[in-house]
Amino acid sequence: MLVIKNLHANVDGREILRGIDLTVDPGEVHAIMGPNGSGKSTLAHILAGREGYEVTEGQVLYQGKDLLKMSPEERAREGIFLAFQYPLEIPGVNTTYFLKAALNAVRKHRGQPELDAMDFLTLVKEKTKLVEMDQSLLNRPINEGFSGGEKKRNEIFQMALLDPKLAILDETDSGLDIDALRVVAGGVNALRSPERAMILITHYQRLLNYIVPDFVHVLSEGRIVKSGDKRLALELEEKGYGWVEG
Amino acid sequence: MNAAEAKQHYLKQAPALGPEWTAPVRRQALERFAALGFPTTHDEDWKYTSVEPLVRIPLAPGLGHDDGVECRVVDLGLEEVASNRLVVVDGRFSHRLARLRDLPKGVAAMSLAEAMRERRDLVEPHWARYADYRNQSFAALNTALAEDGVFLHVPSGATLPPIQLLFISTAADGPTVSHPRALIVLERGSQATVIETYLGMKDDVYWTNGVTEIVLDDNAVFDGYKLQMESERGFHIATQQARLGRDAVLTSHAFALGAELARNDVNAAFAGEGGDCTLNGLYVTAGFQHVDNHTRIDHERPRCTSRELYKGIMGGKSRGVFNGKIYVHEHAEKTDARQTNRNLLLSEEAWVDTKPQLEIYNNDVKCSHGSTIGQLDEDAVYFLRSRGLDIRAAIGLLTQGFANDITGRVKPAPLAELLEGRLAEKIDAMAQEKERW
Repeated sequence: MLVIKNLHANVDGREILRGIDLTVDPGEVHAIMGPNGSGKSTLAHILAGREGYEVTEGQVLYQGKDLLKMSPEERAREGIFLAFQYPLEIPGVNTTYFLKAALNAVRKHRGQPELDAMDFLTLVKEKTKLVEMDQSLLNRPINEGFSGGEKKRNEIFQMALLDPKLAILDETDSGLDIDALRVVAGGVNALRSPERAMILITHYQRLLNYIVPDFVHVLSEGRIVKSGDKRLALELEEKGYGWVEG
Repeated sequence: MNAAEAKQHYLKQAPALGPEWTAPVRRQALERFAALGFPTTHDEDWKYTSVEPLVRIPLAPGLGHDDGVECRVVDLGLEEVASNRLVVVDGRFSHRLARLRDLPKGVAAMSLAEAMRERRDLVEPHWARYADYRNQSFAALNTALAEDGVFLHVPSGATLPPIQLLFISTAADGPTVSHPRALIVLERGSQATVIETYLGMKDDVYWTNGVTEIVLDDNAVFDGYKLQMESERGFHIATQQARLGRDAVLTSHAFALGAELARNDVNAAFAGEGGDCTLNGLYVTAGFQHVDNHTRIDHERPRCTSRELYKGIMGGKSRGVFNGKIYVHEHAEKTDARQTNRNLLLSEEAWVDTKPQLEIYNNDVKCSHGSTIGQLDEDAVYFLRSRGLDIRAAIGLLTQGFANDITGRVKPAPLAELLEGRLAEKIDAMAQEKERW
């Protein structure tokens, strides 16, 4: 589904990614761990299509297509979803209105009929339950006045609604207390399926107690320096990042 | 024409109109216009707006034929904005198009020219007493030349349900000028919702030079909306002057969407204690449009509150101006005034001049003002795109979001709906242009 080959990328002339190789197949959950500044979030945003990164070498194939040539919205419509580490507050833009526009843009691209208001609300009701989200939040502008936990739930709720093929969760655990983490992880687990792949980006092993990955990769200075299964995360927790960096 | 020739051109148009009691004021107004002439950018109040495009073209009064107006009103979706409406075509009141469905007893809603003749008792105490024809050229010209317009009078304790005042320019046989005038009087404790709408029959050159005077007696409550949707080749210059009695409440929303060149003055003065004035405005300009908003709030009495929020969205090579003045007079203690202007530039060639001003002559007051100029948040655009919206939709959504705290305050539901539609259409066209660019 996703094949990253020797990916090098600069930000403001500084090399952040220095040759990433990664293959993700449907149904798999990959965790990418690494210390601060190792390039985890850069990788996430390059996959989602944010501007401001210069890819100097390598390629990314998504479902056989050159991902880097696609606009962010094309990627979203083709099934890529990024849950943001720091969800933005967008004043004045009603959450429900935005979600309906986004969902219908995605559905249209997939050849599905647009949802009317009634069907949309039914779907919203179902998906908010998944992350135990208070539905009244959706009447507010996007993330305005949401707590940290509510913002993260909102990201996973959007993921559930847009039904992606490849979900990238950027530090979804950061800023969550243990109860919120359990709820968010529960939502993510419910969305695991043989068709859907997930990339979890995290600094800490904690998240992986709740969402158990099939593969764990350690990113350091822009390269994947070690790969393994879930036991690698536990080992990292015990020995620290110094163990792999050396 | 140059400015001096244009002045002569308009002086010659002065008709001897109306009942005899109006003549001295009209004569005086004409003299003042003759003395003042057209403002130039050397005048502090016109620093950012040149009326040169307006004086260049010789404009003649329109004929006021109201054929086809009904169709135009329906086409633009203005038909059901309010149950009551009065229509002024090329500055002349149209009896045929007036529609008064649920007017409470005792309310006068009629032609201003007629009211001057038949209801002098109601009109004379207020007519031409508020808009400053002594110092403002355009108010002077309107006062001298206004043939007709609208008169609303709401008696004590009555409530006037939403009424729409439509001011239409036909420009049927070439470029025209009209000087529509409205006088709105709310007696003690009465209430009214008034929607002023300015438009053209088609995308033509014409000039609307309007004056609206609003008088609120003690405890009166006024909810006003102005929808300026003139032809994008048209000129619109207008002054709204309000006077608030004790504990009166005035809310005014000015929406400027149309015209090639527009200047809108919104002024309010507290003439009694405890008044409450809210001025909201939204100006949206594209292409080569120029919209200048001037507001002035005179806190002349103690314990009055004013809130002002004006927002501008400028695209293309258009230009916006905001100049807001809060003037706290010597005896206006316990004044509470707040003024905010926020601007969103959608293109690198768009421009805005913003000048919030406070003049305070009393120490016991609470006043603040501020203005901002910004662009769309790129991270927000990226976020929306990452959820599947294209650039155009993302820009449109964010821009409408910026306007929302003004449009969200519109109370009459049909008006809110109409406005949202017009705005979405204009913003979408601007977003499309930005996407290409």
